[in-house]
Amino acid sequence: MQNKQLWIAVALTGVLMALVFVAGWLVGRPKHVDAVADAAPVPVEARAVFIPGAGQIDALRRGVPVDQEGHPPPLAHVENADLKRARAYPMQPPTIPHTIDGYQVDRNSNRCMLCHARANASTFQAPPVSVTHYMDRDDQFLATISPRRYFCNQCHVVQTDAPVLVANQFRDIDSVLSPPTAKE
Amino acid sequence: MWSRTKARILDLWRTLRLPSRHYSLGFLTVAGFIAGILFWGAFNTALEATNTEAFCTSCHEMQDNVFEELKTTIHYSNRSGVRATCPDCHVPHNWTDKIARKMQASKEVWGKIFGTINTREKFLDERLILATHEWNRLKANDSLECRNCHDYDSMDLSRQGSRAAQVHKLWLGTGKKTCIDCHKGVAHRLPDMTGVPQG
Repeated sequence: MQNKQLWIAVALTGVLMALVFVAGWLVGRPKHVDAVADAAPVPVEARAVFIPGAGQIDALRRGVPVDQEGHPPPLAHVENADLKRARAYPMQPPTIPHTIDGYQVDRNSNRCMLCHARANASTFQAPPVSVTHYMDRDDQFLATISPRRYFCNQCHVVQTDAPVLVANQFRDIDSVLSPPTAKE
Repeated sequence: MWSRTKARILDLWRTLRLPSRHYSLGFLTVAGFIAGILFWGAFNTALEATNTEAFCTSCHEMQDNVFEELKTTIHYSNRSGVRATCPDCHVPHNWTDKIARKMQASKEVWGKIFGTINTREKFLDERLILATHEWNRLKANDSLECRNCHDYDSMDLSRQGSRAAQVHKLWLGTGKKTCIDCHKGVAHRLPDMTGVPQG
């Protein structure tokens, strides 16, 4: 048989292909996912909503029993409408009507004062900080912002769309002074 | 010793000056072409390997200082997951400019070898100088590396905050200012900015 070597080669190729097929089948076989029982307690669905008179001692727990864990409420978004808000009382520091993400306010730089400094206010059409912010505690005017007023966020904060956690019965002075008949 | 070395170098020079004795012109041309491809491939691969974030942050100076700061910013983590790596902003994308910047970077190798900023304190002392280099570079090329992604013509101003839209239209749209004039410190913390104009 003169074609003996050819037959051997064909047979070997066949065996090799079979091996490759089996290997591919073994590797590509869908893996059985072990059904591990989820041991963690299922968090209780609860939103950050204040329910007046519901007997909540701690409104921050949103009515979730103390031995259970509630889902974290979704993160609130900072209001970025650039509309000035009313002040609740005359000396209230105005709230910030825009986002301040990533604003660097430290010894090296003050991002707020980039726009709200007296000299830059017209460039950026921003309200300049009031003159009181340039005064030291002896009422002496300084050329730059007073160190005690440097960290804006100590008084001025952004507002978010988060639902209130506790009821607020604050009335501003105008509604307190107005005669009771005119109220509501 | 010196005379023998000199004799050898002269010998080599004479050989190089002689025409090829055994190899045909065709062989030399094809071999030179293939060697050229291999050389260029290797060169470009090495160049691109130095143009990755993994390479930049492989030294502790970058890893511990500027890369840590980048992680908190929107250029590293954001809602859509598109992000800028070190060379996107710090290496020009155009080839000739890239090679020029890579040659300048030999200064950074020098700094690495001699430990110019190998402690946090040294880095903070040097930071204003280093930052000024980058600000000047971006000012000179009209914030090219910013504009590789942030194209003013493609900005939908109506989708920006009203302040941002107003300021962009007033200063960027008219070409009076470039990105880096206002957006210093978008990816890293700022050094002491006393006397440095920021807007």
